[in-house]
Amino acid sequence: MNEIILDARNLVTEIHQRRGWLRVVDDVSFNVGRGEIVGLVGESGCGKSMTAFSLMQLFPTPAARVASGQIIFENRDLLKLAPNELRRVRGAQIAMIFQDPATFLDPLMTLGDQIAEPLRAHNFAGDVRARTRDLVEQMGLPDPDLIARRYPHQVSGGQKQRALIASAMSCAPKLLIADEPTTALDVTVQAQILDLMRDLRAQTGAAILLITHDLGVIAEMCDRVYVMYAGKIVEANTTRELFRAPRHPYTQGLLRSTVSLESATTELFAIPGTVPNLNELPRGCRFAPRCPIANAQCAHEPPFVADETRAVACWNVERAMASEIWKLDVGR
Amino acid sequence: MCACRGDACVVPTSITMTLYILKRVAQAIPLLLGVVVFNFVLIQLAPGDPVTLLVGDYPAPEEYVRQVRAEYGLDRPLAEQLVLYLGQLARGNLGYSYANRMAVAELIGKRIGPTLQLMITALVIAIIVGVSLGVIAARGRGKISDWIAQAGALVGYSVPDFWLGQILIILFAVTLAWLPSQGMRSARSVATGFDAFLETLPYLVLPATALSVRFIALFSRITRSAMLDILHADFVLGARAKGLSEARVLIAHVLRNASLPIVTVIGYNVGLLIAGSALIETVFAWPGVGRLMFDSITKRDYPVMTGILLMVSGAVVLANLLTDLAYAALDPRVRYTR
Repeated sequence: MNEIILDARNLVTEIHQRRGWLRVVDDVSFNVGRGEIVGLVGESGCGKSMTAFSLMQLFPTPAARVASGQIIFENRDLLKLAPNELRRVRGAQIAMIFQDPATFLDPLMTLGDQIAEPLRAHNFAGDVRARTRDLVEQMGLPDPDLIARRYPHQVSGGQKQRALIASAMSCAPKLLIADEPTTALDVTVQAQILDLMRDLRAQTGAAILLITHDLGVIAEMCDRVYVMYAGKIVEANTTRELFRAPRHPYTQGLLRSTVSLESATTELFAIPGTVPNLNELPRGCRFAPRCPIANAQCAHEPPFVADETRAVACWNVERAMASEIWKLDVGR
Repeated sequence: MCACRGDACVVPTSITMTLYILKRVAQAIPLLLGVVVFNFVLIQLAPGDPVTLLVGDYPAPEEYVRQVRAEYGLDRPLAEQLVLYLGQLARGNLGYSYANRMAVAELIGKRIGPTLQLMITALVIAIIVGVSLGVIAARGRGKISDWIAQAGALVGYSVPDFWLGQILIILFAVTLAWLPSQGMRSARSVATGFDAFLETLPYLVLPATALSVRFIALFSRITRSAMLDILHADFVLGARAKGLSEARVLIAHVLRNASLPIVTVIGYNVGLLIAGSALIETVFAWPGVGRLMFDSITKRDYPVMTGILLMVSGAVVLANLLTDLAYAALDPRVRYTR
């Protein structure tokens, strides 16, 4: 594998609630190689977005903090940087795009000004206007000069997301964090945005950390995948291997629950039960209450994760791999 | 009035803006006409007969009273009086003040300068201090600075301004003798032009302060809540993720977006400011329109009263119009959709 540019180790992120600090990201470790597209997949509320925000140390909720861990980026621990040093990393070396492009654009500012903002903030040496024009063109938007003068309410959702991507790519970051970048978009536009991101990776060599709940997006885009469940990473593998031979019962269940043309005639599959409340987590494996092959050990001891690139947090991997465990539930 | 910044300023914006302005002005005309008619009816409904004022309180011959009534057209039907009144208004004639022996327009014209000076000073103080306090309170939400600003706003909004004016006079003019208590310049002053303006400044401090306190409180509250709303908006998080400095995030994104509700509240409070200045002018013997209104009410000087009512209504309509235009200049969504 090539050089690692982002290495998150034992990351713990907490949000403040009435009863105290609640761990929403619990001892999460993962890494991203240079120019690699890495996926972080899981159900909503599993902590994948909070993991992304932790990297930037910016949170949508005011009372959130990275409690411990390390975020090694370009040989520096981002958690140890002074606020001003961190500001120089944001937008310049690590950029981020978000789920809903409509709310992440300032309604009172033209798209051109918003695209150029990181350039001005990080003292871009060249011609800001020309660079902005190039970016808009690179995003595949028609009539760059006109688009740059438009306000967010005058363009479509897809164009908004392209403008956000243009802004994120303006300073040629080494890592782009994309938090559900296609979830709020139409299906046809989704494919275009994914294509655009792949092209950008090819052209600029930027690595992408792609956060999504959509396994289809993962399959199409990612080199490697981390699967998250209830604040923890439960499985990590290359995309090919993960889809070919999922090892964790949760991953297997996720794959079973995707809708495909072949399965259209049969009943839709869903993992029984619900994601545990983070306030009342099981003592052992967090997936044990929903797992068809859980035993006494699962209920009492949290499973151990061996290494970060090909790991699975399960006590019964052999059993899970041996038979199609989720078949037991079909037709129940 | 071009709202776009940076390199991307273009002609179409100014065209849509001009159209928008024309539309708003056209909408203001029927409103103003309605105000004129309403004022006229209001005065007719008020108790008292203007002829009594002209003739005097002493018993006068019936014939003489009728003659005066006919001379001023007061014996004609109300509708006809209204048409006559509108006709005169259209020619810029606001009537004649019997009590002051002067045309109403001229009388108001003499008094409007001091009133504008007082109101604009108070408004500028209120905007600068109020918005600053609001920003400080929002930035330090839940901290001691926020508590102080909020408690101050509560007190400032609750204190009656005429009472505050009297307290200021007692403290700063009588006890400490730092500032003059009444009028707008020394009776012996011969200064003209800019010197005369400079001479009024010490006289302006107390009334402008008394007038601005309520609006400082109001503007700080609205600024605080508008800032807090915007501080949690997604695009502010997005701006931070771009690596903008905190000052830039606050000014270019938070305050700019928060300015929409702030501008609305400021604009729609100009009417309240005029009402407040009537009281303050009376307390501080400030020779403005407010005091003229107070005097004209006590003297039952109807032409002056209607004239001032009309002027005040016009000022409120104008302020609302300017508010809408400022809103359109700030918010492109308003400009393009209406």
